Amino acid sequence: MATLELDLAEEAVSAPPRKGRRLGWLFWAAIGWMVFVFALAIFATVLPIADPAAMDMLERRAPFSAAHWLGTDGLGRDELSRLIYGARVSLVVGLCAPVIGLTIGGALGMLSGYFGGRFGSFVVGTMDVLLAFPPLILVLAVIAYVGQSIFNLTLILGVLGIPAFMRVARAATLTLSRREFVIAAQALGASHARILLRELLPNVILPLFAFFLLGVAITIVVEGSLSFLGLGVPPPVASWGSMIGEGRESLDIAPRLAFMPAIAMFLTVLSFNLVGDTLRALTDPRQGAL
Amino acid sequence: MTGRPLLSVEDVAVDLPTPRGNLRAVDRVNLTVGAGQTLGVVGESGCGKTMLSRAILQLLPKKAKLTGRAIFDGQDLVSLDREKLRKLRGRSLAVVFQDPMTSLNPVLTIGTQLIETLQEHLGLDLAATRKRSVELLAAVGIPAPEQRLMQYPHQLSGGMRQRVAIAIALSCEPKLLIADEPTTALDVTIQAQILDLLAREQRRRHMAMILITHDLGVVAGRTDEVAVMYAGRVVERAPTPALFKKMRMPYTEALLAAIPKLDAAPHTVLPAISGRPPDPTRPLKGCSFSPRCRYAVARCHGEKPELTEAETPAHQFACFHPIEMPAAVPA
Amino acid sequence: MALFVALRLLYLVPVLIAVSLLTFSIASLLPGDLAMTILADQATSENLAALRHDMGLDLPIWQRYFTWLGHILQGDFGRSFRTGQTVLQAVAERLPVSIELMLLAQLGALAIGVPLAIVCAARSGGPFDRFMTGTAFAMLSVPTFLSAILLIYLFAVELRWLPATGYVPFAEDPLGNLRFMVLPSLTLALAEWPSIMRILRSDMIATLQEDYISLAKAKGLTPARILFVHALKPSSLTLVTITGINIGRLIGGALIVETIFALPGIGRLLVGAILTRDLIILQGVVLLVAAGFVIINFIVDLLYAVLDPRIRHGHA
Repeated sequence: MATLELDLAEEAVSAPPRKGRRLGWLFWAAIGWMVFVFALAIFATVLPIADPAAMDMLERRAPFSAAHWLGTDGLGRDELSRLIYGARVSLVVGLCAPVIGLTIGGALGMLSGYFGGRFGSFVVGTMDVLLAFPPLILVLAVIAYVGQSIFNLTLILGVLGIPAFMRVARAATLTLSRREFVIAAQALGASHARILLRELLPNVILPLFAFFLLGVAITIVVEGSLSFLGLGVPPPVASWGSMIGEGRESLDIAPRLAFMPAIAMFLTVLSFNLVGDTLRALTDPRQGAL
Repeated sequence: MTGRPLLSVEDVAVDLPTPRGNLRAVDRVNLTVGAGQTLGVVGESGCGKTMLSRAILQLLPKKAKLTGRAIFDGQDLVSLDREKLRKLRGRSLAVVFQDPMTSLNPVLTIGTQLIETLQEHLGLDLAATRKRSVELLAAVGIPAPEQRLMQYPHQLSGGMRQRVAIAIALSCEPKLLIADEPTTALDVTIQAQILDLLAREQRRRHMAMILITHDLGVVAGRTDEVAVMYAGRVVERAPTPALFKKMRMPYTEALLAAIPKLDAAPHTVLPAISGRPPDPTRPLKGCSFSPRCRYAVARCHGEKPELTEAETPAHQFACFHPIEMPAAVPA
Repeated sequence: MALFVALRLLYLVPVLIAVSLLTFSIASLLPGDLAMTILADQATSENLAALRHDMGLDLPIWQRYFTWLGHILQGDFGRSFRTGQTVLQAVAERLPVSIELMLLAQLGALAIGVPLAIVCAARSGGPFDRFMTGTAFAMLSVPTFLSAILLIYLFAVELRWLPATGYVPFAEDPLGNLRFMVLPSLTLALAEWPSIMRILRSDMIATLQEDYISLAKAKGLTPARILFVHALKPSSLTLVTITGINIGRLIGGALIVETIFALPGIGRLLVGAILTRDLIILQGVVLLVAAGFVIINFIVDLLYAVLDPRIRHGHA
C-alpha cells in the first residue's frame, strides 16, 4: 500500500528517458554501414576494381596511391579489392550459418515450447548436451575430421547455433502461449498447425530476427578467428580473418595490412550488434513492448 | 507541548516529474513534533504520507524535487550537508519501514545488521556491540537472542523480523523514530503486540515518534496528536482526543466510520468511502475531497480551502463547512 | 546442504555420458578413415586392413564405443601415433599453462569489470556511466584475435616493452613467466570484462532500488559500506553466474591466444593435433576439455548455494 505508492511514483519517474532514445543516429549509421558493405559485396564483380588475385611482385606492400587506393599486400595484390572480396566470404558464412540455426533452432524451439511435455524436455536436454561443449573446441574437432571448406564451416557453425536459437524461440513461445490470443484461437478450435503458423510465428519471428542479427555478428567473429589461425576458410580464398592473419607478418613494416581488414570487421560486427541489440530491446515479448 | 518542537516540517512540498505531467505528491505540509510526543499521520494509500516521511529523511527518489524546510533539533535536514546528515541518521533520527522482509538485507545476518549501526555511530568494539545487540533483541521481545545474531531474516517470522527492525532503529537511542505503517504487512494478531512494543519503548526512552498509518483505529490512544492527510495535504490536525470527539473534516468522519466497531451488530455493512482519490497529476481546482464528500456545495468545487483554526489553535482543519457535532469515540 | 550436493552430482553423470557419446560419434561417424590418415602415403590395401583390425575399427560401432569407454575409465586415453606420448601425458604437461592463462585472464577481467560496474551503478545515468557502457558495448564487437594483434603491435612492435611470443615455466623463472603472460592474459581479459561489467552493473542498479538499501541509508551507514557490503553481496550471485557462463568462451579464447602467442598450452596442443591430423590426441583432448567444462559448471552451481543463504536453506 504505502510501499506501492512509492514504487509507482518511482516507476513513473524512471520510465521517460529510455523510450525517447530508441532509434538514435547510431542505429541508422549502423544500418548505413551494413547496406554499404552489402552493396560492395554483391556488386563486387561489376565494380571497377582490380582482380584480387592479380599479383604484382614489384609493388609489394605499396602505400596508398592512385593506382591502388588502399595499397597492396605482401604479394602485390590490390588491398581494396581484396577487402571487398573478403567481405563476400565473411558475409556469406556470417549470414548463412545463422540461417541454419534460425530455421532449425527456431522450429525446434517453437515446437518444444508449444507442445511441452516429454518432447519439450527431450529437446531441451539434447541442446544442453550440445551446449556442454566449449563451442570453439567442437568446431575445431569437426573441421579436423571433415576437412576445411566454406561449406563445412558454414554447416558446423550453423549447427552450433541451433541451441541458442532454440532457447530464444522456446522462451518467446512459452511467454506468448499464455496470452489470450492463443487461448482464444484454441477455444475456437483452430488446429495446432494453424496456431503455430498464424498466431505464434509472426510474434516469435521478431525476437528471433533480433537474435539472428546478433548471431551474424558472432559468426563473423568466429569465422574470422578460425581463418586468422588458418583453420577457417581454406586458402587461396580470402576472408577478412585470413587477411588479418597474413597482415600479422608485416606488423612491423606495414601494420595497415592487418588493421584495414580489422577495422572493416570491427565496424561490421559492431553494426550487426547495434541493430540486433536495439531490435531485441524493442521486440522482447517478455517486456510487453508489443 | 512546551518549548521548541523537536521536528518542525515547514511548507514541505514534493514534486515528481512523470510522463503524464508533474505529480505533486506532498503539497505544502506543515507539522510539528515535540520531544517525547507521538504524532499520528493518517490517510489512504496514495495520500502522500510515505512520501512525506521520505522527504523528512531525505530519501526521496533522484528525480524528485523537494521544497520547504524540515528543522530537526535546530538543523534544517533539507539543506544539511551530506556528511552531517549521515551522522544524524540512525543515531538521532531512526526509521522503521513497512515490510521487514524487504527492508532487511536478505544476505546479511541479523547480527551484522544490528552491529554495523552500533559500530558506525557509537564506535564500540566488537564484544561490546555483540552484548548490546543481544540486549536490544531481548528488549524487543525476541526469545533466544544470542542464536538470532547468526540467523538470516528469512529464518524468522514476520513479526520477529519487524521486532528486529525496531531493535535496529532503537539501537543508538534516537530522539525521533518514524514508523511508516509498521504493522500493515503483519498478521492482525501480531499488530497490537508491535504497536504496544513501540509505545512502551517510546515512553521508556522518552523518544518522539511519528506513526504513519491508514487506520485511524491505530492512532486512537497511542498518539498525542493526529494529522489527517488527503491528496498530499494535511486536511485536519488536532490533539488526539479532540480529533475523535470533535472532528471537523467530513473526510475524517468518513475514515472513522469505516473502522469496524466491536459493539456493532454482526454483519454490519462497513460504510466505505465511495470514489477514489484524485489523480495527483491533475490537481482539482477546488477541495480535493469534494467529489466524494456528501456535504459538498458549489464553493467546495471551485475554491481550495486553507487550514483554519477550530476552538483551539492546536486544532486545524481545511473545509468550508465543517461538521459541528461531536462523534462517538471508537471502541 | 549435503542433499543439495548429492542431487547435483546425480545430474552430472548422464551429462558426462552424453559428452562421451558425442565425442566418440564425431570421431567415428564422420567421413575420414583413421587408418588411412595414419598410414597416409604408405597405405596399401593389406596394411590398411591390418591396421584397421589392430585398432578395432572393423568391429561394430557400439562395441567400439564400449571398448573405448572402458579404456577411458581405466585412464587409458590412447597414445599419439606421431609423438608416442599418451594423451594424458601430453595434457598433463600443458594443462598448467592453460590454467595459468585462464586464471590470470579471469582475474584481470574481474579487476577491470567489477570496479567499473560498481562506479557506474553508483552514478548510473551520469556521463561516466554512459561512456563506460558504450565502451563496453564496443569492446564486445572486438574479436579476441583483434585485441591480440593490437596489443602485440602496441607493446611488442612499437614500444618493445613486452615479448610477442614465448614462454618459460613459473617454477623456473617467475618474473619471466609473468612477462610472457601479460599480453596473452590481458588480451583475454579485454574480451571478458565487458560482459562482467554490464551484467553486474545492471544487477547492482536493481539492487540499489531495494528497500533494504533505503534502510541502510536511513541508518546512516557510509556510502562505501552500503555499496560494497549491502549492494555488492546480493549482486555477487550474478557475478558467479556470468563467470561460469563465460568459461566456455574463455576456453575458446584461450585456444586462440595460445596459438597467437605461442604458449605451450592445451589449446595449442589441439590446434597442432588438427594440423598434423593426430586424431587420437584430438579425440582425447576434446573429451577431457568437455568433461572439465561440465565439472566446472557443476562447481559454479555449488557456489550459488554458498553465496545465497536462501538457496542453502531451501527458500528460493
